[in-house]
Amino acid sequence: MIEVMVNGERRAVPVDSTLLDLLGSLHLDPRVVVVEHNRQIVRRPALEQMRLAPGDAVELVHFVGGG
Amino acid sequence: MDVPFTIGGHTFQSRLFVGTGKYRSNEEMVRAIAASGADVVTVAVRRVPLDRAREDGILHHLDPQRFFLLANTAGCSTAEDAIRYARLAREAGFNDFVKLEVIGDQETLLPDVAGLLEATRVLARDGFKVLAYTNEDLITALRLEEAGAAAVMPLASPIGSGLGLLNPFSVRTIKRRLTVPVVVDAGVGTASDACLTMEQGVDGILMNTALAAARDPVGMARAMRLAVDAGRAAFLAGRMPRREVAVPSSPLEGMLD
Repeated sequence: MIEVMVNGERRAVPVDSTLLDLLGSLHLDPRVVVVEHNRQIVRRPALEQMRLAPGDAVELVHFVGGG
Repeated sequence: MDVPFTIGGHTFQSRLFVGTGKYRSNEEMVRAIAASGADVVTVAVRRVPLDRAREDGILHHLDPQRFFLLANTAGCSTAEDAIRYARLAREAGFNDFVKLEVIGDQETLLPDVAGLLEATRVLARDGFKVLAYTNEDLITALRLEEAGAAAVMPLASPIGSGLGLLNPFSVRTIKRRLTVPVVVDAGVGTASDACLTMEQGVDGILMNTALAAARDPVGMARAMRLAVDAGRAAFLAGRMPRREVAVPSSPLEGMLD
């Protein structure tokens, strides 16, 4: 396992996990989440190629109510 | 007959834009938005809660085919943050519009105009249609237009205050001097505020708390819809001049001796 930061929380993920694997483990639908990996936005088709490395910072965002 | 209401090449049916925050329930929000007649609804960008990821997001309640989702950068206090949020919002894939907020003070939530101008410049160059939330200062509004804003959004009064239109003169002046649409954002508390705002000739109004915090949000949404229509119609009709003396409405002739 390796440790990464997801939405500011430390999380352990299996070695060689992709961003798509991470979303799957969190039961998140990639169609309704925008992914930022080390401050770079990752487009949906690239989620399954992008592999996580120790210490990576991932932000998973979506739309919420707001004014 | 009114002119079409177009921002950044997109024509909108309603001049009333509504927010989606602070409702007591999603069900009440949906009914209020329907009653408002709005086609533009604002949303915020936030982290997905990882512990309850299976819960419905806001898009479960608002059909993106029916509503135009206008993402905001609420909560951002630097140009850099606002640009980051805008790019994340665009990646959601609905449109390239953003309601740009760069907040300069937490007590008043008034905009940081230097940061706002910088972020507007960067995002406009990057292809965004920027709707810039600003104060009611003409010079800032002019600079935002020069910076590439697709619309300028002066406040009526501070966000969530419900104090109504504090400076009709400034808002009217901004509308008169700008070429891009002017949509008043924030501060409207009740229907008369919305009507008075539209009577200044602005192109539209965005509101959230006035609906969400009303005792009956659906009833207030209906009232706001009527008020925006009434204010717009009154503006188009052209009000009578103000006079400091009375002028009788009934004939002076034919009075009895």
